[in-house]
Order: sequence, then structure tokens, then C-alpha cells
Amino acid sequence: MNNNENILEMKNLKTHFFTDRGTVKAVDGVNLSVKRGKTLGIIGESGCGKSVTAHSILRLIPSPPGQIVDGGIQYQQKDNNIIDLAKLDARGDTIRKIRGNEISMIFQEPMTSFGPQYTIGYQIMEAILIHNPEMAETKAKNKTINLLDQVGIPKAEERIDSYPHEFSGGMLQRAMIAMALSCSPRLLIADEPTTALDVTVEAQILELLEELQDETGMSIIIITHNLAVVSEVADQIAVMYLGREVEFADSDQIIDNPLHPYTKGLWNSIPSLDGELEELKPVKGTVPDPINIPAGCPFADRCPEMMAGVCDQGNPPEKIEVEEGHFVRCFLYSE
Amino acid sequence: MGNYILRRFLVIIPLLVVISVISFIVVQLPPGSYVETYIQNLKNQGYQPDEKEIERLQSRYGLNQPAYIQYFTWMKNMIFEGDMGRSFVYKQPVSEIIAERAPMTIMISMMAMLLQWIVAVPIGIFSARYQYSIFDYIVTFFGFIGLALPNFLFALVLMYFVYVHTGWAVVGIFSPEFVDASWSFAKLLDMMKNLWIPLVVIATAGTAGLIRTLRGTLLDELKKQYVTTARAKGMKERKLILKYPVRVAINPLISTIGWMLPAIVGGEVVVSQVLNLKTLGPVLLGSVKSEDMYLAGGIIMILSSLTVIGTLLSDILLAWVDPKVRYK
Ligand SMILES: Nc1ncnc2c1ncn2[C@@H]1O[C@H](COP(=O)(O)OP(=O)(O)O)[C@@H](O)[C@H]1O
Ligand code: SF4
Ligand SMILES: [Mg+2]
Repeated sequence: MNNNENILEMKNLKTHFFTDRGTVKAVDGVNLSVKRGKTLGIIGESGCGKSVTAHSILRLIPSPPGQIVDGGIQYQQKDNNIIDLAKLDARGDTIRKIRGNEISMIFQEPMTSFGPQYTIGYQIMEAILIHNPEMAETKAKNKTINLLDQVGIPKAEERIDSYPHEFSGGMLQRAMIAMALSCSPRLLIADEPTTALDVTVEAQILELLEELQDETGMSIIIITHNLAVVSEVADQIAVMYLGREVEFADSDQIIDNPLHPYTKGLWNSIPSLDGELEELKPVKGTVPDPINIPAGCPFADRCPEMMAGVCDQGNPPEKIEVEEGHFVRCFLYSE
Repeated sequence: MGNYILRRFLVIIPLLVVISVISFIVVQLPPGSYVETYIQNLKNQGYQPDEKEIERLQSRYGLNQPAYIQYFTWMKNMIFEGDMGRSFVYKQPVSEIIAERAPMTIMISMMAMLLQWIVAVPIGIFSARYQYSIFDYIVTFFGFIGLALPNFLFALVLMYFVYVHTGWAVVGIFSPEFVDASWSFAKLLDMMKNLWIPLVVIATAGTAGLIRTLRGTLLDELKKQYVTTARAKGMKERKLILKYPVRVAINPLISTIGWMLPAIVGGEVVVSQVLNLKTLGPVLLGSVKSEDMYLAGGIIMILSSLTVIGTLLSDILLAWVDPKVRYK
């Protein structure tokens, strides 16, 4: 760890998929950090490796075909002990005891996030009992009711006996948050938690997350391709492009003063900070296939500020610190 | 749940009626009436038909009445007296022939089914979980052989090997000295000794099919979000696989239980013929060949009814394991 304030630091993280078509370099050298009690927002077009980054932290990458091939994920535990999650055995007990307990995760698709054949209450209780095997079932049940109550599910003591198909998407995402919070995690990873929900529900869920953060002091990583979402909740923002972070800074800095041409393109394409990247084609051109990443800057063929003879020669240096805490990956800022 | 079962029961009644009508049509299918065939048959064998017997048959089964009355007579005799007509080939009431053989048919089917499940479920789970592993390739390879190999050929090959290696000829489900003996422990042992070949033969194709189905559905389920959710909450891998995706992937298998019985009886005809088993399959085949239509109709009726009842049972099982079905 470089910084004691950080609960998590990813250094040069590379997660690749070895497929029949070739090697998909889904995450190819990511450097990011999450401050304790703060929220990191990760933004980028679909397919740029946000989910793979998130899944890598909890070692949920399916293997085969996926594998963390390089880099580290330093995680600072409660007792200030630092472990490298990237080096753990993905099937081992160490990471299993962290999952859902110290670090938990909520997913983009609330409709399929719960197993269809058990009640919501049962599945949340299960999460509690996995990490607290000595707890009495009645106590776990009460805790589940309280959690559902806390995330705003009305008549929680009745609803715990409902099956997932009896809940709406918004309710399921709340239940999912309740489950993620059930063991008071220190870090919550939310992978596009509101993408599948409509705008009002989205606002409620985001508000809920912020409230819960204030109460518990947990850190949050929120992944989205909605700039309005990040700007609302994130303390720091990372912009990803083709498996790398191209810019990383405090929210104010990056929103007021975007440096990377890709970030500038994104910002310009969204008139009032409330559009979605998927619909508003952010920057003209298409994302290259992560199997055939071109030599030089991966953004070169879409970049309006591309410098021939420089940008197509090699990779731009990582982590150029333009102002304090404001990092960018672009030849425009290298000496 | 009780409501659901009741509803399913009510649906079954018209189905059973349709089955009985179709079975009766089968009885009526060959040209000439039952009595004419019966007389012809006797004459072929060099006997003179007895006028009185013929009259008795005609009034008993309403044979000179219109077809629909014959149907009701047939149904009435069946329901109230357990009389499904006579087989002129066996010179026995159809109900006796069926009663003699149905238990063996059902037993072999059930045991074959049990064997299929015991073998197929763990293998299916394993080869889906470790897709593209060497194990998966081997299973897939043998699965295709199991599906493609004709059962009777497999039976012959097995009998040949047993004979070559042990000098023991499998000639039926009991060794000759036990065929007419009453039930005893020794007879049971003898049966077990003989039974495994038909069981293995009948179960092979079914097992291969089950593995394929389970592997396919489980592969789909394993990709679903809820599996990752379970993993992300810290569940142990083996436990989560069995508890979440397998529970879902097993549902299609449960719904096949109902039609396994006739499938096994159908597949088993040739095998039973080859292995000389006293089951219904060969009798059905024989009765159709010799136009012994009350026998054919009776067997079809019994097998179809068992299928319907089996389907009901699997539906109830399915409702029991799958909340979505239960609440619909
Ligand atoms: N299991 C997998 N096998 C092969 N490629 C994968 C797999 N999962 C993700 N990828 C690839 O990794 C890249 C990044 O995906 P992802 O992280 O899901 O993007 P997003 O930023 O939209 O969350 C994509 O090109 C995707 O096709
Ligand atoms: S390195 Fe060059 S091509 Fe890449 S973003 Fe910067 S200016 Fe554009
Ligand atoms: Mg994603």
C-alpha cells in the first residue's frame, strides 16, 4: 500500500480471457484505489472491462477461460493487515471468508440475482449464517427482517417469505443491497446497480446507498455508464477505456477539468450531466476489439488530438500526475 | 399446493377417457370382428368353433351391437369386473396376462430409472461443472455411443461376453430351475444375478439422454447471475452448485419421469425378446402381429394410463420443488 487511507489498491491489474478466438485482454493494467469510507465511481463504455475489474477483486472471474495474469489487488483488512487478493486461491477459504463478509457485491441484473427456488428471506439468512455459523436461526431471521426494513421494503416480516418472482426489479435490488449489507461489509462493490431500473427507482437506490454509507462508514465502488450517477455519488472517478483507466481523480477535479481526450469527449457529449453513455455515442468511432488492441495508444484512431509519430508508436505512460491526485494516461501530458 | 393437485387430477379424467377410446379403436382396427378372427384362428388350427361359445362371447362383449355400445360394454366390464376381454392366442383373459407381466415390467422400468438417475445425475453435474475437461469429453463420447448403439445389439454383446467369460447363458430373468419355483431368498438372488443385464441395457440409452439433458440445462444455469451471487456471498463451491443451479436444472428431468415408463417398455421390447424377459413389450408386439386385439388394446390402455398417472406424479413433484410452478 502506498497510502494508508486506502482500503483497496489495484496495481497494474491484468485479467485476460483465453478463448478460442484469442486472448481477450479485458483488463490490461488497471491502477485504481479506493479510500476508506469514500466512493469510487468507475465509468466507461460497455465492454471496457468494468465488470471484469469488479469481479477480479472478489476473484469471481470464471476460470477457465479467465485468469488474473499480472498485478496486485492490495486489500487492507480491519486489523491493518494487508493481503493481496490477486494472489489468493480463488476456490480457497481466505477469499471465501472475505466474500459477502468484508467485501460484498451487488449486480446489474436484479431479476436474476436471486435463486428462483428459495425465498428472499432464506437467501439473506443464508448469507448471514455462512459467516456467523454460531448465530441462532431466529436471530438471523430477525436480522433479515431488520435489513429488509432498513432498505425500505414495506412489511418486511411478511415479505421475507416471498419468492424472487414475486418482487419487482426495484424491490429485488433493495433486497440485494440488504443481502450485501448483511455482514456489515467494509467495501461494497455495486456493478451498475441501477441500469436495469427506471429513473425514479434509480434515484431512490442511489440515495439509499449514500445513506447506508453515512451510517456504516463503508467504502463503495460504483460502476456505471451513467455520468449523472457517478457525479452524484462518487468522491473519486475513474474513466476506463479498453481495459485501462485513462484518467483518475477526485470528482470535482475530473468533472471541472477533464484532461484525457476521451474524458473530454464523454463530457462534451453529455449536455446536462444526465444522459447515458450507451445511448449517446460518446465519441465517434467504435471501441477496438479487445483481442486486437492496436499498437500505441488504444484510443488513437478515435482521438481528435492524436499526434502522428507519437501516439501510434508506443503505449502512453501510465499514471502521469498532472495536478495533485489527478492522473492521466496520454502523451499530451508526458514530458 | 392441495388446490394444484386437485386441479391436475381433474384434468386427468378426460385424458383417461380419450385414452380408453383410442385403445378401443385399436381393438376395432383390424378388418372383421373379434369373433370372426377368433373363428378363423380356430379353423386354422384345425378346430371346429363351438356355436355356444361364440354366442356367449357375442353377448358378453356386445359384439353384434353398434360400436359405441361395444365400447361401453368393454368399459363396463373393465371397470366393474376387471374383464378386459380374452386373448385367443393365450386362451386366457387379458387381465390375467397383464397382471402376470405388468409387475415385472413396472419393476424393471423403475429399477432402470433408478439406475439411470444414480448414474446420470452425478456425471451430468460433473461434466457441466468441468465443461471441456477430459472427463467431459469422455462422458460426451460415451454418451453418443450409448444413444446410438441399438439396445438389442448391446444386449447380445453383453450376453456373449457373459457367456464367454463365465460359461453362463442368460436365458431370462430367472435361471431355469427357478422359473416355476415359488418366491424365496434363493430365487431373489437368482433374479438379481440375471436382472443386471437387462437393466444395464435398458438404462444405457436413458442414462446417456439424461446426462445430455442435465449437462445442457446445467450449463445454462451455471452462467446465470444467481450462481455468481451465491459465490459472492461466500458459499462453498460444492454446496452452492448443488443447492442453486442443480436444483433448477433437475426440473426438466423430473418432468420426464412420467413418460419414462412407456419409453422403457417401448425400448425394451426387443431387449425382452432377446433376453426372454416376461414383460409386456413382447406380448404387445405379438398381439399386434396376430391381431389379438383385446390383448393389444388392453396393454395400450394400461401403458397409456400409467403414462398419464406418471406425468401427474412428475408434475406434483415439480410443483413441490419449483415455487413458480406451484403458484401459477
Ligand atoms: N467469460 C468471459 N469470456 C470471454 N470474454 C469475456 C468474459 N467476460 C467478459 N469478457 C470480455 O471482457 C471484456 C470486458 O467485459 P466487461 O468487464 O463485462 O465490460 P463492462 O465494462 O461493460 O462491464 C468484453 O470484451 C467481454 O467480451
Ligand atoms: S495518447 Fe495520443 S491518441 Fe492517445 S489519447 Fe492521448 S493524444 Fe489521444
Ligand atoms: Mg458490466
